[in-house]
Order: sequence, then C-alpha cells, then structure tokens
Amino acid sequence: MERRVAFESSFAIAEAVKMADIDVCAAYPITPQTHIVERVAQLVANGELDANYIPVESEHSALSACLGSSAAGGRTFTATAGQGLELMHEVVYVASGMRLPIVMSVCNRALSVPLSIWGDHSDVMSVRDTGWIQIFAENAQQAFDLTLCAFHIAEDPAVLLPTMIHIDGFHLSHVIEPVLLPEQEKVTRFLPKYHHPFALDVNNPAAMGDFALPDLYTEAKVAHDMALRNSIKVILQVWQKFGEEFGREYSPVETYGAEDADILLLTMGSFSEVAMEAIDRLKRAGEKVGLVRLRLWRPFPFEQFRQTVGRAKLLIVLDRALSVGGPGPVCSEVQAALYHLKERPQVIGFIGGLGGRDISVEGFQNMIHRGMDKASQGKPGEIEVFDVREK
Amino acid sequence: METLSIYAPRLVTKRQSLTPGHRACSGCGEALALKFVMKALGRDVIVVMSTGCMEIISSQLPYTAWEVPWIHTLFENAATVATGVESARKALARKGASLPKAKVVAIGGDGATFDIGLGALSGAFERGHDFLYVCLDNEAYMNTGIQRSSATPYGASTTTQPAGKASFGQSTWKKNMPAIAVAHDIAYVATASASYPFDLMNKVKKAIAVEGPSYLHIFAVCPTGWRIPTDMTIRVGRLAVETGVFPLYEVENGKYSLNYDPPQLRPVIDYLKPQGRFRHLTPEMVDKIQQRVNKEYARIKEKAAQ
Repeated sequence: MERRVAFESSFAIAEAVKMADIDVCAAYPITPQTHIVERVAQLVANGELDANYIPVESEHSALSACLGSSAAGGRTFTATAGQGLELMHEVVYVASGMRLPIVMSVCNRALSVPLSIWGDHSDVMSVRDTGWIQIFAENAQQAFDLTLCAFHIAEDPAVLLPTMIHIDGFHLSHVIEPVLLPEQEKVTRFLPKYHHPFALDVNNPAAMGDFALPDLYTEAKVAHDMALRNSIKVILQVWQKFGEEFGREYSPVETYGAEDADILLLTMGSFSEVAMEAIDRLKRAGEKVGLVRLRLWRPFPFEQFRQTVGRAKLLIVLDRALSVGGPGPVCSEVQAALYHLKERPQVIGFIGGLGGRDISVEGFQNMIHRGMDKASQGKPGEIEVFDVREK
Repeated sequence: METLSIYAPRLVTKRQSLTPGHRACSGCGEALALKFVMKALGRDVIVVMSTGCMEIISSQLPYTAWEVPWIHTLFENAATVATGVESARKALARKGASLPKAKVVAIGGDGATFDIGLGALSGAFERGHDFLYVCLDNEAYMNTGIQRSSATPYGASTTTQPAGKASFGQSTWKKNMPAIAVAHDIAYVATASASYPFDLMNKVKKAIAVEGPSYLHIFAVCPTGWRIPTDMTIRVGRLAVETGVFPLYEVENGKYSLNYDPPQLRPVIDYLKPQGRFRHLTPEMVDKIQQRVNKEYARIKEKAAQ
C-alpha cells in the first residue's frame, strides 16, 4: 500500500534509489549532499538494498567509478554538490559522451570563494554544457518522483544519457516534508531493468572511449547533441507513464496562475514554491501576474517554453547564479530562445538567492514590481543583483 | 632462429588480443610489454586504460586494436574505473546475472600512475578491489613529448627539465612506486621488463591469480624519448636489469624475492652511455648515480634475504 511518511528530501531520494534497486553507488561526502549517500549506505548496511557502495577518495573518483559500473551494466547512482561537482567536472563530460546512464543528485551549492556550503545554482551553470539531462525538483515528493523517473529516462535504449536531478542545497535537501511512497511492486513494474547494449562483456568485446581525429570529432559531438535533444520525447513519455501510474504529473515547463497573466516570473527549483505565494498575493491585489517554473533545464525545452511565455508582455527571470562579467545564465538562454519570435515578451533579469541568501514572499513581490518599473521605464539593463547590501 | 620459431610458439600463445597494426613508434618497448601482458592475460579480461601512448596507438575512431572489452575514459582514473567495473560485476552476479568470468585489469603509464592518478590508485588499493594494475613505465610523459614525471631518473634530460648550462636535467631521484604499492599491504607486487618476457608473463599470471588488488610495474624502454636507436630496445632493457638500475623482484604478502641476481652487477655507465638522454652527464654524476644504485640494490637484496 502507498505510505505517507515525513521524510527529509535527501531520504526521499535515497528511498527512490532503493526502490530502483541500484547495483552500485560510488560517492564522496560533501555538504549538503551527505544525507543522501549516508542513507543509501545505511540501506545497504541494513540489507534493505542489495548494492555495492564504493566509498571513494574524491568526487573525481566517485563519478569515475560510476563510469566503470555503468559500462559494466550496473544500475548506478551518485550524488554531489558544489565543489564536488567542480572536482568531477571532466568526468561529467565523459559520462554523457560515452552514453552511460548514471543518475546523479546534485544538491545545488554555491562555489568558493568565499567558501559557502549554502545553496545557489552556480554549480548547475558550470555543468550546463556537459550533455546530461538536467531536471529540477521543487519539493521532497518531486525529488522522489523525479529520481525514480530519472533511471527510466536515462536507461531508455533511445536515450542512454546520464541524468542529474537538481535539488536546492539545504532549502530542499534538508527539509522534512510529507512524501507519498508507492509500493515496491508498483515501482518494479514501472521501471524496466537496465540493459546497456554495449556493456563490457568478454563474449562480445567492444572498445569504449576511443579518441577521434578532426574527421570524426564533430560527428561524434553532433550525435551526442541529437541524442540529448531527442531525449525530450522519452522524457515526456516517462513522465506521462508516471502520471498514469502514480497520479502526479510533470512537464518540462510548468506554470502557476499563468493562464491570463501578462507578467510572468521565471524560477527554477525550490524557490518556486515561495514565488507561488507571492503570485497569489499579487493576484489577490488584482495584478495580472503568473509563474513559470522551468523543470527541464537540459535539453532546453524550446517548443514548450515558447508556447508558455510567447504571449506574455513581460518575463522576469531569476538567476541563482552570477556569470561574473556577463549576463545571467538562465536569462540569456531565455532571451536567445525568444529572440526569433515576432511577438515576444520583454525580458528582465535579476540575480538573487546566492550562497544561501533567502528570497522571501515579499522579496518576490518586490522583484516583480521592480521588474515592472524597469520595463515601463524602458531600462531593462544587463543585470541587476537583487537584495545587495551596499554598506 | 629457425629452431626458435618452432620452439617459441609452444611456450607462448600466438593469439593476440592487442592486434598488430597499431601506431606505436618503431622499437617501442611499451607496446612490446603490453603485448606480453595481453598474451599472459588471455581473453577473459576487461581492460581499463588511462590516457597515454598505449591508448592513443591502439584506438582511433572508427578502429581499434583490441579484441577484448576495453574502456578508456580519462588520464588519472583507470584504477577507479576498474573498481567500478569490478563492483558492478560483483553486484550483478550476486543478484543472479550470469556473467562470464573476467579479470579486471587497469593499465596506465608512469605519468598516470606516479603522478596524476596516484590518489585514485591508492584509494583503489586501500578499498581492496579485485583487480590488477599494470604500470608501463617509460620514465616520462612520452605521449605529450618527453616531459619529466616523478618516474624520470636522476640526470635524464627531458623537455621540461632539459640539460643546459645551468641544469643537468632531472634533479630528483625516481619515485619508488613499487614501495608505495607494497605500503598498501596488497598481496602481490612485482617489477618486470619486456626484455625478460617469460618472467613478465609469469608475473602477470601470478598477479591475476591473487584475490584483491595486485600491482605490476613494467619497465618500458622508449627509444624516442630516451634517444636510442630503435634496435636497442631489448638490449637497453637488459642493461637496466644487469646494472641493477631496475631490479626484477616480487613482493608476495610482504615477502620480497629477487628474481634475477647476477654474481656481479655491470657498472651503470654501460646502461647510461647508449642513451641520448644521459649524454651530458659528467663522470662525477655517473658516480653519484652508481652510489645510489648500489644502495638501492643492496636494500632490495637485504629485504629479499629476510
């Protein structure tokens, strides 16, 4: 029977990993991710999950061990955050280029310096171009659901791409919420067994990871790009199947109160739930505002995104990462996605929520009003960092 | 030679899993060593390889020289990738998958082993995974153009520590990598050389028979980097052993044994002289190297006598 339990988001992810019956988890401790892998290790220690937990000596090795495990045909999971993702960086590209469907939870964390264990999306943006499927969760239930779906999507023979589930460090990873846990049999029926078509096998030897000269490198990268772009079909299918089985719906671009809105705010991750409250308050005050939550970050859901925001007058984008000396990373992608439309909203970008700095409901209300002011004055500017102390 | 061609195939399989047609330099001692390793390993093996000469000469999309499952990912992580392969296979077997028997073997050069991948290798040894790590040591970063590594011997000229008016080349002594492996208390550590193929192949077989990690350190003569004629590879490899520069020994469960101990070592100058990388050395420096070799050799001998 489905159970409703109070779970920390990290534990909810570990529970999804257990129900997915992984074969290997290789991980290295880093705050705020540790609760996930501690819990996975405990489930293994309890005999509740029959997997090999490899306690490696660095994050570089965590993902490297995952490469080997996935290539050998094992269902493979890891988790990391911030600096850990940075240390993994070169391996992150290899996992996707070699089409190894590893699932990784990233507890989004700010990057040094100054040292900060708290959340923002700096680490996400540093792996933007690595060729992984990247999905944002907003609460513990989503963290569970989307982790389960991630194995299904990643391991689909038409996809075979590693998948990151992003959860905000502390703001989501350490929050205890009610979570609906499905029955194991139902999960087993939902999630097919992992079978890599070219797994390392002495009876059917394959060479994995050859080098390429300039005559083939481009083609190899384009093949990867096509695979990632096409993966959206499978993502939609898996989410639809999940919705039918478990009754919770997911889509690449989700909205809240956006149907009749002229002014849209775009957020990613757990801050969206606070922004919803701000939208409610502004709507009650008669303002035509709505919220757009970008769930699927890679592949970028161009079509769904344009359909969702194309008719709005103003789109205010919150970036939780600072591209030092450049535009907000999400904002610039959004602008690029809309540029060719004849009718498109004006786009105003804000940067905020860095290094664990909270944005309150009032904060979001202020941000929306500030965006409206800038738009009406015709001064969108390059970037504005929200809520900065000047003294 | 006629008799040898009849006799040799009875001792060594002709079947190669590293096929001819790869693109190593003429006289490459590393490719030769790798060939012997693969002959001794047979077919029930999964090879994980670091970036380096052997990876580059044996793989190029859409070709491969490998007839066994082979995976290359990065420079510093072969040992770790191997542990992932081993762990997944163990888990899958435990959960009922019928997997054919296969030993996992990681192979890296001296740069991958001594320098950039040392932490990863140490972690893999410490965790006790069942795999063999083979270091093919040609004493510098040859794939990128003869840059020094911590395996480069004292006095050798490399492109990043060249000999010149104010430099005699490498100013540090070669890192003792087998001793680092031994310090992890693993069951089997050995040194070998492509100039002694039967010794090498026997050691590969012993190493894979061990449960848990094992380490094989193979001396790989590099004519290109060492500035020697390409027909001198085997000879220089033998001289390294005969002078005591690279002694052949095994450490089984901590117990040392010297596999080749000539009554009298040849002077190190016999080994240094044919090599362009040592051309600039003065008699005083040769003497210094001789003293060091005497000391190191005596240390191994003493351990073997215990």
